[in-house]
Amino acid sequence: MNDHILLPEGSIEKQTTTLNLGPTHPATHGVFQNVLELDGERILKATSTVGYIHRAFEKIAERRPLYQITPLTDRLNYCSSPINNMGWHLTCEKLLGVSTPKRVDYLRVIIMELARISDHLICNSIVGVDSGAYSGFLYVMQFRELIYEIYEEVCGSRLTTNIGRIGGFERNFTNAAFEKLEKFLDDKSGYPAQLREFENLFTRNRIFMERTIGCGPITAERAMNYGFTGPNLRAAGIDYDVRVHEPYSSYGDFNFTIPVGKTGDCYDRFLVRNAEMWESLSIIKQAYQKVQAFKGAEAEVYHADVPAYYLPEKKDVYTKMEALIYHFKIVMGETEIPAGELYNAVEGANGELGFYLISDGGRTPYRLHFRRPCFIYYQAYPELIKDGMLSDAVITMSSLNLIAGELDA
Amino acid sequence: MSLTNERIQQRLNEKFPDQLYNWQEPYGMLTFTGSKEINLKVMQFLFDDEELNFRFLSDLQAVHYPNQVGEELAVVYHLHNWVSNVRIRFKVFTDIKQPDVYSATALYQSANFMERETYDFFGVNFIGHPNLIRILNVDEMDYFPLRKEYPLEDQTRIDKDDEMFGR
Amino acid sequence: MSRPVQFNNTVKFQGIPEGYMGEGFMATNFEKVVSLARKNSIWPLPFATSCCGIEFMATMASHYDLARFGSERVGFSPRQCDLLMVMGTIAKKMGPVLKQVYVQMAEPRWVIAVGACASSGGIFDTYSVLQGIDQVIPVDVYVPGCPPRPEAILDGFMKIQDLVNAEGLRRRNSDQYKSLMESYGIQ
Repeated sequence: MNDHILLPEGSIEKQTTTLNLGPTHPATHGVFQNVLELDGERILKATSTVGYIHRAFEKIAERRPLYQITPLTDRLNYCSSPINNMGWHLTCEKLLGVSTPKRVDYLRVIIMELARISDHLICNSIVGVDSGAYSGFLYVMQFRELIYEIYEEVCGSRLTTNIGRIGGFERNFTNAAFEKLEKFLDDKSGYPAQLREFENLFTRNRIFMERTIGCGPITAERAMNYGFTGPNLRAAGIDYDVRVHEPYSSYGDFNFTIPVGKTGDCYDRFLVRNAEMWESLSIIKQAYQKVQAFKGAEAEVYHADVPAYYLPEKKDVYTKMEALIYHFKIVMGETEIPAGELYNAVEGANGELGFYLISDGGRTPYRLHFRRPCFIYYQAYPELIKDGMLSDAVITMSSLNLIAGELDA
Repeated sequence: MSLTNERIQQRLNEKFPDQLYNWQEPYGMLTFTGSKEINLKVMQFLFDDEELNFRFLSDLQAVHYPNQVGEELAVVYHLHNWVSNVRIRFKVFTDIKQPDVYSATALYQSANFMERETYDFFGVNFIGHPNLIRILNVDEMDYFPLRKEYPLEDQTRIDKDDEMFGR
Repeated sequence: MSRPVQFNNTVKFQGIPEGYMGEGFMATNFEKVVSLARKNSIWPLPFATSCCGIEFMATMASHYDLARFGSERVGFSPRQCDLLMVMGTIAKKMGPVLKQVYVQMAEPRWVIAVGACASSGGIFDTYSVLQGIDQVIPVDVYVPGCPPRPEAILDGFMKIQDLVNAEGLRRRNSDQYKSLMESYGIQ
């Protein structure tokens, strides 16, 4: 990468070009701008501008009761929106002191790991598309459709799911949902087979390896200082994962490993995400077995018993007095929300997604701040692409998995 | 040997006697407040010390309390020790008429964008920041939107009927 | 030895414009032929900003193929595209960029606003979001949804095809169109 022609000092061609890898560009997945200063094809300096999709989530959140903030969290990292939803519900549950039953936790784990697979799937296949290999993307998108169908069985919508409620889910998982899950997990015709095919296309492909090895590396110390979390940090060599450090939603009951890379370049990030997909598949299988172990009345549990925060069933609202009162209180915002401040983090597909919530006892938060992983590690992008080639900058950008909704919020 | 909140409080009180106050533990996370002159010194001590080892800045943001005259803006730092798995929260208050706080970018590179965002939303001026300009809003904006006195909606709209929307 | 000539009269043609057909030729209106060619070969420019962009990716992928409508090649250069598909929230910071992209497109050009945010600002009624892209550029079709299903995006695309089919050759030079462009400040 470094043996390009260096012109002698003082030569007339020794001038730099400014190139605008602008907000609308096929390489930028989402809208952010990089103004690059190039010497030929070598990048000397890069300046980033974000904010082209700033939607003022934090200001909107100061106007909405807790359960109405869930659709906002969907639109942070929209490739894996169930993780954002669950993270927000877990934060509210911590604030309100609600503890969820085990079956709810296991179902949540299934949905979150499916979301993680769908995000990593997009990221890895888009690295392929950006380096010119379009077919991998088309293969794996079929399974993304199957994941969408599973979401639809639970919450009704495909992408921005607004899945779950404070205390659990809005409805029990139907048999159709479990059948689709089994179809997804099937070793011969489900996602594992497709992932093996995808790996065959890319992992030991010489062209892909030469494109991505050594492209945009970062050392572990710099990554930590830049605030990296998630697969990008694990590719650099540090095994920090919120699911293991601060287990939430009964992640402690599962057996999984954290894949770690060495140099933090694009190839390592690709491999780490790939390995994480296998780990997620294994976690889903374990969770599914645990869910199936619940029998009888326990198999009907899909939410915690907190009538103060979880809307009662409509037929009870029309017939029972307490249900009517709770329904009224929840919808009109008269429930008791304790005052306090807390910071809760979950392992999003891109890293540690944190929610800093300050509640003053009113129906809406006093201050809600989202600690968005993409926003924080995007600062390292100019350093990652320095002294590299222009096409490597494109590959680095897509391997970092920059999602504009999470950048700007 | 695990690091407990009492131990952190004890070490900090030894190093900065009587300068850190308002010690609380909401939901198990140690929270304390310091004066804005010593914010970098405290964070440098937490970074360098072998036992405390708070080497990761999880989050940097501000909160606006319009009722606390003289201390309206609070800059909140969330630090994380990965080795002992402990989080702490460090708050620094500043006056809204002169919101100058020392920038943490020399210590943590991740503070760069976060401080720009805080400046953009609240107007906190970080001294020593390499490039303190607006990051998320348009550059021509002349107010700081997340302060409590400003509304959420765009006031220059003429096509929306406020009566129908309950405003 | 010559082969006997066979006429294949069991196949029905769809969408053929009316005209006078004979053996080996067809006489019809020029506008109709041009419209037929245009509507089945629209090259879109996906201006994907946020969540609707991911649904567009699903529309472009093999399950809900957009290529069968003639959009095999999605272009990213505005000079080469016919249809500007704006998908996702457009913030005020992005408005001038959108206008610049629109202005670079050559006539005839169409715009489809996919999603609630592009149509009217969506759920984001805030100081920083443009409440609908029709504040800056003229829009032909609005597809509601948050995000709209790929079937809805395809439905919107088919409505654009109907518009392309029905448009005459002289619309872009008419006074009404010129005054529409004036109202947006576009030359």
